[in-house]
Amino acid sequence: MTFRERLQSWRYNFVPDHLVGEILTKRWTDNAIPFLALVATLATFGSIIPGFFKLSSLQDSTRQLGEFSMVVTGMTVVMLGGGIDLSVGSIFALSCFSAVYVFFILEQSIWLALAAALCAGLVFGAVNGYLIGYLRLRAFLTTLVTFIFGRALFDILVTTYAADVQLSNASSNVLDFIGDGTFWGLSVSVWAAIILAVVTHVALTRSRPGWHVLAVGGSRRSAHNAGIRVRRTVFMTYVFSGFCASIGGFLIACRLSGAGPGTGLNLEIMALTAAVVGGVSLGGGRGSVVKGLMGAIIVLTMTNGLIRLGYGTGTNQMVLGIMLAVAVTIDIRWLKNRHKVLNEVYVAPVYLKMGETQSAVPGSGTPYALDNRLSAADHIGLGELEGPEDVILDRDDHLYCGTRHGEIVRFLAPDYKRSEVFAHIGGFPLGLAFDRDGNLISCVGAMGLYSVSPQREVKRLSAETARSWTSIVDDARLRDPNDCDIAPDGRIYFTDSTKRYDAHDWALDSIENRATGRLLVYDPKDGSTKTLLDGYRYTNGVCMAHDGKSLFFAESWACRVHRYWLEGPKAGTAECVIRDMPGYPDNINRASDGNYWMAWLGMRTPSFDLSLRHPDMRKRMTRRLPQDDWLFPNINTGGVVKFNEKGGIVETLGDLTGTAHPMVTSMREHKGYLFVGGILNNRIGRYKISGADPNWTSPDSYWGGKR
Amino acid sequence: MNAIGWPNFKSLNQEGIVFAIAVVLFAAASVGLPGFFTADNLVAIVRSVSVLGILALGMAVVIIGRGIDLSAVAIMAMSVAWYLQLLNIGTPDGLAFLYVLAGVLAIGLLNGFLVAYADVPAIFVTLATGSFVFGYVRSQLITQDAVPVPQDHWVERLGGLRFLDIPIEVFVFAALAFLVFLFLRYTKWGRYIYFAGDNPVAARNIGIPVRPMLVLRYVLSAVVAFAAGLLTAASLHSINTRVVNSTLLYDIVLVAVIGGIGLSGGRGGVRNVLVGAALIGILLNAMTIIDIPLLYQNLIKAAILLGAIIVDGIINPRDEQTAQQGDI
Repeated sequence: MTFRERLQSWRYNFVPDHLVGEILTKRWTDNAIPFLALVATLATFGSIIPGFFKLSSLQDSTRQLGEFSMVVTGMTVVMLGGGIDLSVGSIFALSCFSAVYVFFILEQSIWLALAAALCAGLVFGAVNGYLIGYLRLRAFLTTLVTFIFGRALFDILVTTYAADVQLSNASSNVLDFIGDGTFWGLSVSVWAAIILAVVTHVALTRSRPGWHVLAVGGSRRSAHNAGIRVRRTVFMTYVFSGFCASIGGFLIACRLSGAGPGTGLNLEIMALTAAVVGGVSLGGGRGSVVKGLMGAIIVLTMTNGLIRLGYGTGTNQMVLGIMLAVAVTIDIRWLKNRHKVLNEVYVAPVYLKMGETQSAVPGSGTPYALDNRLSAADHIGLGELEGPEDVILDRDDHLYCGTRHGEIVRFLAPDYKRSEVFAHIGGFPLGLAFDRDGNLISCVGAMGLYSVSPQREVKRLSAETARSWTSIVDDARLRDPNDCDIAPDGRIYFTDSTKRYDAHDWALDSIENRATGRLLVYDPKDGSTKTLLDGYRYTNGVCMAHDGKSLFFAESWACRVHRYWLEGPKAGTAECVIRDMPGYPDNINRASDGNYWMAWLGMRTPSFDLSLRHPDMRKRMTRRLPQDDWLFPNINTGGVVKFNEKGGIVETLGDLTGTAHPMVTSMREHKGYLFVGGILNNRIGRYKISGADPNWTSPDSYWGGKR
Repeated sequence: MNAIGWPNFKSLNQEGIVFAIAVVLFAAASVGLPGFFTADNLVAIVRSVSVLGILALGMAVVIIGRGIDLSAVAIMAMSVAWYLQLLNIGTPDGLAFLYVLAGVLAIGLLNGFLVAYADVPAIFVTLATGSFVFGYVRSQLITQDAVPVPQDHWVERLGGLRFLDIPIEVFVFAALAFLVFLFLRYTKWGRYIYFAGDNPVAARNIGIPVRPMLVLRYVLSAVVAFAAGLLTAASLHSINTRVVNSTLLYDIVLVAVIGGIGLSGGRGGVRNVLVGAALIGILLNAMTIIDIPLLYQNLIKAAILLGAIIVDGIINPRDEQTAQQGDI
């Protein structure tokens, strides 16, 4: 290995580039920016202002924070539903006035004052909701106008009644407690804000109405098509916002024992800024109550801090303006470019030096030398089929295969001219196997392990395994279950080819070449799934050895076949039995003569082998070139290889014409014929094997003779 | 209008309705309100709406291009306040003017850039820049709320100019209206604004420079706001920055929307601004004559604006199929 290659292998195999992409796929990265902003804000102001974290000063600011964060919670819900509510300041002020009026002027009880405040907020919110939800006006302008309206009303009321409030003698211990008291060290407004936030969070994440809000915000049209009452949902978000603002208004009425011209001034731009700075997306669907609260703390700390630092009139507006502009821009750019960034960085190729291989050139004399025998195969279902990845035959000689359309198709014996949809599964059925009771077990791409009974009942056996602690990407989910086989005790051994890509992105996995393939086992007795082996380059075909004590599995991108021992002294370990093949192995199945058939889905090429030693080049390629220009493994040529128990190659079959079976992903021997499938093919081939046992069938081989 | 000259009621649009209301209101006020239908009062009406109308012209150009400029009033008041402040502390006139003009252009460019190239909704951009402009100028550049015009400055003399006993700002409004009319109706870029407002994607696909034009509109709006601010200072001999927190901004939107310029863009013109300004001018004047307190006037204006938006929403319903997600 040259020095350059050694450097490359260190650089690309030990630096975990792939983690960047995996972290970016996580939704919680959205929270990272506002969280850092929160920490930075608190740290900055905490260090500049002496006594910032003192209890007395905190007590005062948290009271304000309680009221403010309630308003922000309401705003967050409206924004999650795809709207915006600029009238919160007016609702806040009017509710405050309602409470003050009922308590101080009408001299009613504090609870009646609370009812009046809530009533004002709910009515105001309902008006907003009706205009925007049912009349479908523009949220921004409509709430802007109702904001002016409410503000004008409030100004009139305050100037009319200010003197009366001053002269009133009404007082109440409850009011004083709500305004000044603490409960377990926290003020009432903070408690109220916490309770409201928790309830809202639970409602949004775990209740039907909350999901409806998120669905409407995420995509209004889809929500409508899904049968959600969009208009009513939007209406309710504004009513809720009015409710939140009115509680805030009531609390400030208790705290200040009055309402003044400054009540709720600039609250709308502060609440909007808080929500956006916290990371609640404009246009809806993305965000959470916690994000809103983070934004509320940031905004309030900033504005209060600036006031305490002695900056003059207007500073608040300046800072709010900057924060709003920056946060909105980041939000829009992030949403828009996140997937682009992800596409850019997700593919993180590694270095691999493939071993020297024997030639597969026809007539080269090696055991791998391809010939033209497969081109003579009869075709079944030509033009009707799309993508028969695996083929299998039952005891009655019927032929089964999966298709790209998510179906398992059955061709009826004896001539295989007629076909029917045996079962519809939905994903892409790949590997197939029959168990002892005649259930058809299938690995379904991107879905998991499924079982289809002879009565065509589809049942999911497994879709997840234990999550490994160190993986960032969720590796509990089966992303690409590929092939399965069944041990004599009924346990199903199957492969999951990659943790990082979905089944249809297998080509990206080949370019990246990172070893994330797994061998798993499903135990029908208790329904559990366990990971046996991890860290192979695209685990693919699985085949139980004839004696049932070990199994063979293929590692496609490394061109190797391994043997995994189920019993005996080497139980639980794997050893490589075939290495450095000239083709990429796919499914493996038993042959009648005690050997094994193995499909080649493609052939190695010097150019791609070379590119595997240049991860930097492959990285550049995936970032700068359109997908059509990428260098892929050659999948235009394949074949069928027979190997023996020791891993020795017996013979190789191919189709040099490239018309019938250019790529082979599966083959199954049955009564002297070899049935050949290919994931990109439009047919199943039937090839007469000379000298094969005309009575041998796979179900018999696995489960004994006919019962 | 059909052959006989009767209005065709079937084809009445918002502009027609508003115009009719304005005429009826005018007639009613002339008959019912003493001192309304006098030359002085009529001049006062026109004068009171001219600054509003000028601002509404800038807003109209932006709205036709499917945008909105909520920073107009902040730019209007704060640019002039800064200009006068610079003069009062002795900066040479030309230099001060250049500074302020550069500032105004910079804010217009910033608005346009964020809307056009960063794809941020205009409403949020201009809300943020408006808040920033007010906060920055108020806290960093000027010392008090109101800034007076220096003695014998050209801005002061401008305020005193009369032509045929009509104040100069009326002529400025008329001239600007005519210029904007010519721009929108007869220039290539003026027509493009309608295309871009009607269907930005299609406009971009046929090769119209949609993004540079967006920037241009916000710059235009900022410059118009600066001019309106100068006129305000000229007639009042000072500029009060508290106007930013008043309802002037909503009056501007009111004039544009009530005149029939659809908020979804692509519709309307200078005529709509004139009709809207006429109605608002008559209304405000009548309310002042009846002696309705300012606070109640705000309430009434808000109610009218709400009604206008509801009518706008019914006449120009939003198309769910082409409406963008997040278009709020």
